[in-house]
Amino acid sequence: MFMVLTRWFTSKWLIIIGGLIFGVLGSLLVEWGNPANMGICAACFLRDITGALGLHRAGAVQYIRPEIIGFVLGAFGSAFIFREFRSRGGSAPMIRFILGAFVMIGALVFLGCPIRALLRLAGGDLNGITALAGIVFGVLIGIFFLKRGFNLGRSFKMGSMAGWIMPAAMIGLLLLAIITPSYIFETAKGGGPGALHAALGVSLVVGIAVGVMAQRTRFCTVGGWRDLFLMRDTYLFSGIAAFFIGALVTNAIIGNVTWGFEDQPIAHTDHLWNFFSMTLVGLAATLLGGCPLRQMILSGEGDTDAGMTVLGLIVGAAFAHNFLLTSSAAGPSDFGPIAVIVGLGFCATVGLTMRDRV
Amino acid sequence: MIEVDARGLSCPIPVVKTKAALDENPNQPVTVLVDNPVAKENVARLARSKGYTITIEKTADGYKIELNPAS
Repeated sequence: MFMVLTRWFTSKWLIIIGGLIFGVLGSLLVEWGNPANMGICAACFLRDITGALGLHRAGAVQYIRPEIIGFVLGAFGSAFIFREFRSRGGSAPMIRFILGAFVMIGALVFLGCPIRALLRLAGGDLNGITALAGIVFGVLIGIFFLKRGFNLGRSFKMGSMAGWIMPAAMIGLLLLAIITPSYIFETAKGGGPGALHAALGVSLVVGIAVGVMAQRTRFCTVGGWRDLFLMRDTYLFSGIAAFFIGALVTNAIIGNVTWGFEDQPIAHTDHLWNFFSMTLVGLAATLLGGCPLRQMILSGEGDTDAGMTVLGLIVGAAFAHNFLLTSSAAGPSDFGPIAVIVGLGFCATVGLTMRDRV
Repeated sequence: MIEVDARGLSCPIPVVKTKAALDENPNQPVTVLVDNPVAKENVARLARSKGYTITIEKTADGYKIELNPAS
């Protein structure tokens, strides 16, 4: 019985249904209060948490997003029930940390992670196409490195306590979100995207549902493209496609689709840097083995290397805002593109040097 | 016997290594060692798509996957 359940849960149907539901929820969360075309964004929401903790001081984007907490806790619970929780780590954690930081910097130059790129397109924002092209280009560069033997090395089994840290930290965050002590920052009403959010309970439940679904199906918004081009395997890609269709259809039904490049919510139209910032995201995420959401899911399963990556994403968000690397509706900042170039250089160096010695 | 030891390696390295082993040794059985269910699923899916038959054995530290070419 257990085997049958396990098999069904990893079948292609589940990832298609899971992706569809995720897409519908991603669209509905905007109706329920989240920022436009940002029902769920792994990067933006981690950035908001970074701000809530005071690690950056961009007043417009500070809020403890319960969705993020739900991703990790949902994955943790699911991994536990299906006996997949395993504390492990030791595969180039420092490199993963920095790659994570660059994923975030790239995402904040575009203004969205691979998930939000899809949600933006599903809302009619055609800049999402530029972003997807950038992601695919980054993935293709990553595949070039993979084929040449790129490898961040083996991880090892660890004492179970190590794997509990990330889920425990999320419970701590949840308590902070509920109690809201004075040292937690929160965007004032009308003060920016941070003030737009669904009710805590709604966000948390959606996050947990997505966490469970993504843990079971291995849903990954970068891995889908990678497997498609590397192995002609459509399993993960079918999840991405279903997610997009779910969000697009829901947006169309509730009237949230406005086609065009200009004047899209929380977006800019600098095609060059929308493309290359997401190239950085696609490349760094391919080297890491998964998109920001996937890293959070793995961190809930006891993967401390993924946990280091999530910490890298957080630190990247802090740097991105403190060093004025993030874009605004007017376009990229003076320094954002420089950071993207540095990030691409770092990824290329990692891709070329971290290889199996034959 | 060709063996790919992909224990401790995270997605997608086990699949990349298995694919390389299958491409370099056409029509030969290949054994793959992995230590997590995601790698097991991915290796099995790759092998199935290439027409191999698969037997999976649970080991102390993961799974031993035997891939046999269809004769």
